[in-house]
Order: sequence, then C-alpha cells, then structure tokens
Amino acid sequence: MHEDLHQLAKMLHELDDQMVACMKCGMCQAVCPVFSETMKEGDVARGKIALLENLSHEMIADAEGVQDKLNKCLLCGSCAANCPSGVKVLDIFFKARVIVNTYMGLSATKKAIFQGLLTKPALFNSVLDVASKFQGVFTKTANEVIGSSCSRINAPVIGERHFMPLAKKPLRKLEPALNTRPGKGGYRVAFFPGCVIDKIYPQVGQAVLKVLRHHELGIYMPAGQACCGIPALASGDKESFDKLVKCNLEIFEKENFDYLLTACATCTATIHELWPMMSGDKTESMQERIAALAAKTMDVNQFMVDVLKVAAPVQGHGTKVTYHDPCHLKKSMKVFEQPRALLKSNPKVEFVEMSEADRCCGCGGSFNLQHYGLSKDIGKIKRDNIVASGAQVVATGCPACMMQISDMLSQHGDKIAVKHVMEIYAETL
Amino acid sequence: MISASLLTEFQNLLGKDNVLVSESDRHAYSYDAAVLDAVVPELVLRPTNSEQLGKTVALCNENKLPMTVRGAGTNLSGGTIPTKEHGVVILTNGLNKILEINEQDLYAVVQPGVVTAKFAAEVARRGLFYPPDPGSQAVSTLGGNVSENAGGLRGLKYGVTKDYVMGVNFWNAEGEYVKSGGKTVKCVTGLNIAQLMVGSEGTLGVFDEIILKLVPPPVASKAMLAEFDDINKASETVAAIIANKIVPCTLELLDNATINYVEDFTKAGLPCDAAAILLIEVDGGHIALVEDDAEKVVEICKKHGARRVQMAKDAAEKNKLWEARRNALPALARARPTTVLEDATVPRSQIPAMIKAINDIAAKYKLQIGTFGHAGDGNLHPTILTDKRDKEEFHRVEQAVDEIFDVALSLGGTLSGEHGIGTAKSKWLEKETSKATIIYSRRLKKAVDPNYLLNPGKIIGG
Repeated sequence: MHEDLHQLAKMLHELDDQMVACMKCGMCQAVCPVFSETMKEGDVARGKIALLENLSHEMIADAEGVQDKLNKCLLCGSCAANCPSGVKVLDIFFKARVIVNTYMGLSATKKAIFQGLLTKPALFNSVLDVASKFQGVFTKTANEVIGSSCSRINAPVIGERHFMPLAKKPLRKLEPALNTRPGKGGYRVAFFPGCVIDKIYPQVGQAVLKVLRHHELGIYMPAGQACCGIPALASGDKESFDKLVKCNLEIFEKENFDYLLTACATCTATIHELWPMMSGDKTESMQERIAALAAKTMDVNQFMVDVLKVAAPVQGHGTKVTYHDPCHLKKSMKVFEQPRALLKSNPKVEFVEMSEADRCCGCGGSFNLQHYGLSKDIGKIKRDNIVASGAQVVATGCPACMMQISDMLSQHGDKIAVKHVMEIYAETL
Repeated sequence: MISASLLTEFQNLLGKDNVLVSESDRHAYSYDAAVLDAVVPELVLRPTNSEQLGKTVALCNENKLPMTVRGAGTNLSGGTIPTKEHGVVILTNGLNKILEINEQDLYAVVQPGVVTAKFAAEVARRGLFYPPDPGSQAVSTLGGNVSENAGGLRGLKYGVTKDYVMGVNFWNAEGEYVKSGGKTVKCVTGLNIAQLMVGSEGTLGVFDEIILKLVPPPVASKAMLAEFDDINKASETVAAIIANKIVPCTLELLDNATINYVEDFTKAGLPCDAAAILLIEVDGGHIALVEDDAEKVVEICKKHGARRVQMAKDAAEKNKLWEARRNALPALARARPTTVLEDATVPRSQIPAMIKAINDIAAKYKLQIGTFGHAGDGNLHPTILTDKRDKEEFHRVEQAVDEIFDVALSLGGTLSGEHGIGTAKSKWLEKETSKATIIYSRRLKKAVDPNYLLNPGKIIGG
C-alpha cells in the first residue's frame, strides 16, 4: 500500500508545475458554487490544490479523502475564470481525477457504464431505444409546460428528480446520416449532436439542421457517432475516454468540412479543449489529428453570429425569454454575447436578463448523481433567478443545463418552458 | 491529543457536520495567502451562533487547546494558520449575519464571518458607504479585516478598518463575554478596548459582534492617469497634491516593471517606457468641487513633470484606467510560479528612496520585483516573482525581504500598512517599536489569555 501511495505521489508530482502557480489567495471562494453551499475549504479550488500538493509530497496519507474532495466539484471552471494567477484549475482537476481515480479504482457501476456501454455506441443506442419504449411503465408526466417526468415507483437512481424522458424517436432515426454539398451558404459543416440531444432533445438537433439547411450550408452528419467522452473523463476513466475520442476522430476524418458544430456546450468544450489537453500521451501524428479536429470545433451560436453574421437585433415583443450561460460556453469558451444576439434577433421575443446569468446551474454531469442534494441546492438559486426575471421561457446552449433547469423548475411547479437558443432562432426562419 | 470524549462534546455542541476531523478536511486549513509553513490543526470547529462560539472557546480553554480563528483565510502575513501542535481552527464563516444596518444613526452591527464586499453592497443598497476595500474584499470577512486592521485603495482619504470600528463584543480566552465601544458617535466609557482589539490578530479574544461606522457616499468622482519619465517626479507629485490641500480618495503608483507586466497581460495600451504612472481619483459631495479638484490635480501633475495626463471622460473610461491597477497583481502573479507580495510602508516623501532601494535589492539578489501600491499613503507592495521550489532562489528572496523591511524602517516607515504582522514579520517588531513595547504587549496578552491559547505565535511570538 505504501509503495502504491508512493507511485501515486510520483504521478501527481508531475502536475506540480501547474499547482505551484496557486498563490492561495482564496479568490476562488467568491465564485465556487459548491463552496457557497458547504463553506468548507476542501471544497474550493484552493483547498483541493493544497490537498493534491500535500498528497504529491506524501504529507497526507488520506488518498480516499482527497479523491472525495476532488470529485466534489462541478468542473464548471468558475474558479479558473476568476483566478488572479491564471491557474489552469480544470487541467489540474481532470488530470488529477484520472490519476487518483485510476489508483483508487473505478466503481463496478461506472465500469459497466463506461467500458461496457458508452464505448460501444451501437449497443448504447439499442439499450436506450428499448428503455425509451418501456419508460412510461415506471414514470408519469410531472410538468406539461416543461415536458418533465417523475417516477411512479420508489426508484433510488431517480429519487425525487423531475427528469426529461427519453425521446420516442432519437435524432439519428428522425434525421438519418447527412452528407450534402454547400449551396449559397458557402461553408460545409459537420454536426455533432452529442448523446443528450440525440436521445432526449432531438427537437434541438432538428432545429439546428433546419437552420443549417435554411442558410444553405453543406452538412456532414455521419452515423455511428460516439459520446464526446466527458462522462468517462470526469470519472477518471481515461481508457474509455481515449476510445471515444478515437472512434469519433475516425468517423469525422472521412470527409472534409470547414467547422465541426455542436449545440451542446459541454461537447464543444470537451472536443475543443479537453481532447487536445488529454492527448499528451499519444503519438505526434495522433496529437496533430486531434488538434486539427479540435481547432475546427465551434459552438453553433458562435458560428451563426461570428461566421455567418446572421443575428440582426430587432425590438422584440411577445414572449419574455431569459438566458442561462452554460459554464462550458461562458467560462471555458468565452461565448456569451452570441446566444443573446440570436435571441434578440427574434421579433417575437422580449429578451430579459436574469441576475447571475452565468452562475452554474448545479448539474455538473455525474456530480448530479453523486451529490444530488448539493446539486439541487445550487440549482434552486438558478431557479429563483429565472423566476425573478419574469421570463416565460428560459433559453440556454447546453442540453445538460436544460435537464437540470427543467428538474428545478418542474419540482417547484413553475410554468416556464426550457428551450435551446437554436429552437428559438429556428422559429424566425 | 484531543480525546474521544472531548470530540463527542464538540460534536454535540456544534453538530457533526461542523466538526471536521478527517485528514483531508483538516489539511485544507493549514495555509493562508502567505507562503509560510504551518501545522495541521487537530480539529476544525465551525460554530453557527454566538452561544456555540462562546462555549467552543470555553471548551478549548478548559482543555488547553491552542485556537486559531479563521474567516476566509486570505491573510498575507500568516495570521490565520496554526503554529502549535494539537490545536484547533475556529471557523467564523458560519457566523455571517448582518444583524443591523441603522440608517438613522449610521452604524451597522455584524457577525465576524460577513464577507466584506457583500456587506459593502448591502450598505450601498441603502444609500450608505463602508469605505475599507481590501483587495480580497470579494471573499475576506469583516472579522478578519478588523483583526488585521485591513486597508485598501481608499486608505488615503477614508482611512483603514480601525477608522470604522465603533465597538467589538468578543469572547475572551476563558469564554466570558466582553463588551467594548458602542453605537454612539461619542463613546468614551472605560478603557478603549475596542481599538485594542483592532489589529490584535486573534490574540486577545474571539469576535462575536462588530459595530461599524457608516458614512454618506460621495456623489461624484473623477479619475485620471499621469505618466512620468522619472519616478522621483511621480513621488514629488504625490506629496505636492496633498500639500495643495487636495486629498484624493485613491492615489496609486505603478513602477516601470509593473507597467510592463500589466501591459503584457492586458494589452491595454499602457506607456511601457514610462518610469512610473499615477492613477488618481478625486471624489466628493458636489460635482463642481470634484471637477475643480481634478483640474488642479492635472495642473500639479504637469507642473511636477508629468509628460501626459489622461482624464477619464466617463464611467467606461474610468473603468479602463482602473483595469490597469486591478490587473497589477494578476499580471505579476502570472510571470513566475510563486508571488511574494510584501507590504512595506514609508512616509510619502520617502517613496523615491524606498523604490530605489527596492530596485537595488532586486539587482543585488538577482530577483524580479515589481512595485505598485498606494502611493498616497506611502503603502507600497514590492512583489517578488520567484519559484518557491528553487531553494537557492527562495533563500535570496528571504534575504531580500529582510533588507526591504530594514530599509523601510530606516526611512521612518513601518512593517505593515495593511497586511498585519502574523508570524511573517514578528521578528522585526522590536526593531520598529522597542523591547519595552514587546514586554508590555506580552504582559497584556498573559493577563487576558493566561494559558496563551489565542492564536499563539502571532505578532509577539511565544
């Protein structure tokens, strides 16, 4: 065991160059959603970095304790965005999670999900297709405006959640693979819908395709796409992550295109930022291939505004719409003006800004599963801000945020619809 | 060692979730923003009301446990890190209520764990003003500010935390409740214990309630940036502005090294060839008077050798000017892995001598040092850029810091303008004051904390 810990310390020590930049000023406390709930130093970036430093110098023998603290993080990047020293907190946390979680071992459930299912896209799709058919037996509608469901029975995984049901038909069945040439739009784009849009929000994917077709762009949407890999990476399963990267890379490399677009903030940030960041152990040519695809990857809102320059603002009247900044768009990709510009281009929309629009909604992927109580407390603040804005619709650019916000609003009985920005923009066409 | 029965007693008092026992939990309380070695506390205790706080202190005293009280842990002189084995950290962030904001009598009563910026915003919402604005205000707590006598950018005109403390109620080492000061503007009853508590860095009592003075806010302000080819001329300008009976709310200086680091980082268009820049803001209760002051300041700057003075026309331009100052530390902090931010303060007239000495020391020890700070009150922040893992270089840093403080004292200055003494600067205390001062302070400490348990090792050592 001691030898093992020594090995772990050695691996962690390789992150030292990044960790040493933390001057322990504590400014991360001001923006960390988890710290604002727990008020414990081990839950904020400064504390986690201090623990990792201590573990790497073998001044602490409590690897399990460090793992717990490390996993109790939304990976929202608020700390990194607010850090005076520019500490690359997410780099440290992702890499440390891989190191510590590999050392501590993956749970049987995670192994089954990531290694047995997620890395086998065909099987993953079939399992969820079957689940979609039978979900009505166990669930019932919770809120018709939002379209959420809750459990009919006492199901531990679901608990009190109001979740978005699996779509009757996933996007890949509604819109089979596409490979078209560009028209007047000039560009040819690849579209990566991601798991959540494919399986839960196919209407978002359809809205994106409507927009792309309207602007006469060539579209490459290949069959057999796999998950972007973030769930596996966030749990420290680098092996599954690598498999998913490779699978997607091979599919998208088959054709030429100008941009790889996604309508999921998390997928965009993962492909654009995390794929290259985690490719250090690959061959030079593989690193180049990953970097090339990452460089082409762009959020669809950003593409519409910055590349196509489509969003002319109008004085909108009608539905009051507010906007939630997904962390992966605002804090990782610095994309926050473009989705607002698209919303403001809809004449039937009166845009209202909510307070703390860029405060994390509390989803954090698997954080929501492991720390639902905390996730819900953080989400409640988001819900309160949405309600206080007086909006009838809350728009955002990340399907994971849509799920979390739907849960929070639905549990409070709020009649506020949750939509993707592209759905609202598509209505103008 | 803390016994199992005492642990249970703390858990019964505070609730299990507010008694941190695991190694990973406790380790996260063995540092603050100062780069110093510390001891890991044996327990971290988080009371959430006044009664719990008093009983916690009493229990620690009964069991002879050294107590380090901690707010947000933003301390820059090691005041919030434990120095003794088998001690506890008492966290105040569970005591975070603003108990009263009295708009008629212009005071507020707060618990120590209230975050400074939240308090200032709440006060501002009611049309009032709490001026102390330490750089860490977004997270630092009022209890910590009072303990350390924190300052900020507005110190020149508005003073530091001590100028706003009207009263402090606290638990003494034995868990008895002590009241000092009050809610009236005039209050001269008894010993002035409230002011004794300000800057005492947790060595004399544990704050329970703090009474703070509020003031009306300024209604107008004007900001400008003045460029100088000679840092001496910039310093002369600082003195001349004050000599002309104008007291700006903020008067900040950035030296050439800092200007260049900031420009590299922000690309804001700062004059990289300038020897120094001054960022000046005047404020007041009437726009015409403020504009008049601002014009006079421009004249004084030009008369004393400013090659260019840029006046902000509107709020956006003002904000752009302040970006340079706000980015001074971030820009310096990104240059090298470790940043040692010091707090040497000298009389205004000695700023040129102090900056020259800092640059000489940087050259002597082959170190990168950027200097910026509150020139208006002589409070400079020489910031040493280093890598604490490089033992040889870090040793030179320590030698340089020693010399910087020696020079500050020889110029009639002080060890700390706003960061406190803690463990980092206690060795110089006698040099600035006297042996008798140390003895007097230790007698005082012994009298009110006979077991020497309240933040031992800080300010006066021991």
